Amino acid sequence: MLVRKATDLKYGDVTPKQVYLNRRKFLQAMGIVGATAAAGQHLIELVAPSQTASAATKFSGLVKSPFSTTEKENSYKDVTNYNNFYEFGTDKTAPAKNSQKFDTSNWVVSVEGDVAKPRKFTMDEILKMAPLEERIYRHRCVEAWSIVVPWIGFSFSNLVKLVEPAPKAQFVAFQSYYDSRQMPQGRWAGIEFPYVEGLRLDEAMNPLTLLCVGMYGDSLPNQDGAPVRMVIPWKYGFKSIKSLIKIKFQSKMPPTTWNLAASNEYGFYSNVNPNVDHPRWSQATERRLGEIFKRKTLMFNGYGDQVASMYSGMDLKKNY
Amino acid sequence: MRALLTSKWTKVAVFFICLIPLGALVWRGFNHGLGANPVEFIQLTTGDWTLRFLVFTLSITPVRKMLNLPDLIRFRRMLGLFAFSYLCIHFLTYLFLDQSFDFAAIWKDIAKRPFITVGFLGFLLLLPLAITSTAGWIRRLGGRRWQMLHRAIYFAAVAGVIHYYWKVKSDVRMPLFYGALVAILLLWRLGDWFFKRRSTAGAKLSPQQAPANPAQ
Repeated sequence: MLVRKATDLKYGDVTPKQVYLNRRKFLQAMGIVGATAAAGQHLIELVAPSQTASAATKFSGLVKSPFSTTEKENSYKDVTNYNNFYEFGTDKTAPAKNSQKFDTSNWVVSVEGDVAKPRKFTMDEILKMAPLEERIYRHRCVEAWSIVVPWIGFSFSNLVKLVEPAPKAQFVAFQSYYDSRQMPQGRWAGIEFPYVEGLRLDEAMNPLTLLCVGMYGDSLPNQDGAPVRMVIPWKYGFKSIKSLIKIKFQSKMPPTTWNLAASNEYGFYSNVNPNVDHPRWSQATERRLGEIFKRKTLMFNGYGDQVASMYSGMDLKKNY
Repeated sequence: MRALLTSKWTKVAVFFICLIPLGALVWRGFNHGLGANPVEFIQLTTGDWTLRFLVFTLSITPVRKMLNLPDLIRFRRMLGLFAFSYLCIHFLTYLFLDQSFDFAAIWKDIAKRPFITVGFLGFLLLLPLAITSTAGWIRRLGGRRWQMLHRAIYFAAVAGVIHYYWKVKSDVRMPLFYGALVAILLLWRLGDWFFKRRSTAGAKLSPQQAPANPAQ
């Protein structure tokens, strides 16, 4: 077979995850490749669209990020079997089970609103937007558990610069994909879908804010927000919106899903803050998955050096 | 049926069946089956089983009266004590694994957070019932007073459901399910009480009515 450099690979060229996991399917797929080599990639997509859908890339040549923590990473098994992705069910183990057939092929992220260059990005375009970095971040859930994950992506500011926001754009609104047929468990979640989130423009421009396309050297599993998501490590996990399809720049503070569901419990900012408790439980400590006892939660989840200045003069008890 | 219900072996069998959830937890513990957050898994599982055993305990009286199976009463104490046992594991994981026995922090937590407060209240309500569950205590208190005291289980079950309802973030299906079961079981008692009051009132009337209807 032709050996190509990683940079030439398109998102759709990659060996589908189920295929390389399943030897029998793998051999079948190789048969298809052999028989249709001349016809090229299109035929494979016609024959097995759902397989190319959840394509898994073994990313190579990732840039190591200075923002990475040296803390011990959680296991891939834990991070992929303990998820909050309410569209696929509210049990921690439900997303891993219910998202397996989620079709992420032909993914398009639409960027709109107060920008000079509104446009749609395909996954191929997103993957080529900037050099992919590995960033090992702490991730703190509002439910007082935490994980350490080696994400893959690049600073969201790369995308912002491409679309050139107008001066009046002070906020960025995000929207997740929602399809009640693919996500039938979503109707029981008790929150409104599609899931929406938002950031202030300066928060979105902070270099820590990650447009994320993978983890553990691989593309994102469906339950972790495939194929593209946000990761904002100094905020509670629910701010890091999954399966992103729409980004809108605007002058007004956008509504956010959990704030709409319970405004006294979840604010727009939702910065990790051990001094401001959730009304129903303490945020002073957290349980790192894999540990028995709780550990102290750090202000801004330990990212204060990079982000605290954005909130100087703000009352963080009020702006929770 | 009666022979089955009064057999010593049935009681032994039920005892071991009630231990299965605990056994399953232990087995999972030794076989990496507790998931990514084992402490939470144990807490949720023992909380669930506490509520289930409370529902089982509260079901004994209605089922036994409706199906006319008085011998079912033989299992009520055991089911109630299993509810309390699972609650003790539930509460201990909170005290030890969540709070590391830091009693100052625990007290603050109980006072500050309604869902912890109401859960703790449920524990406090069940504690004297577990202590006075022996035959000796029934004698010491006298049947009437003992029964009055043990009506506290109604409030404990309600506290358990509220504790669960206040704990979940948005998907309230399971708390509502337990809430519905407890409501049905308590409403049945209310109905039974009304019915009994009316029939005893009727019984008091019957001697006067009796001469008017001598054919009966």
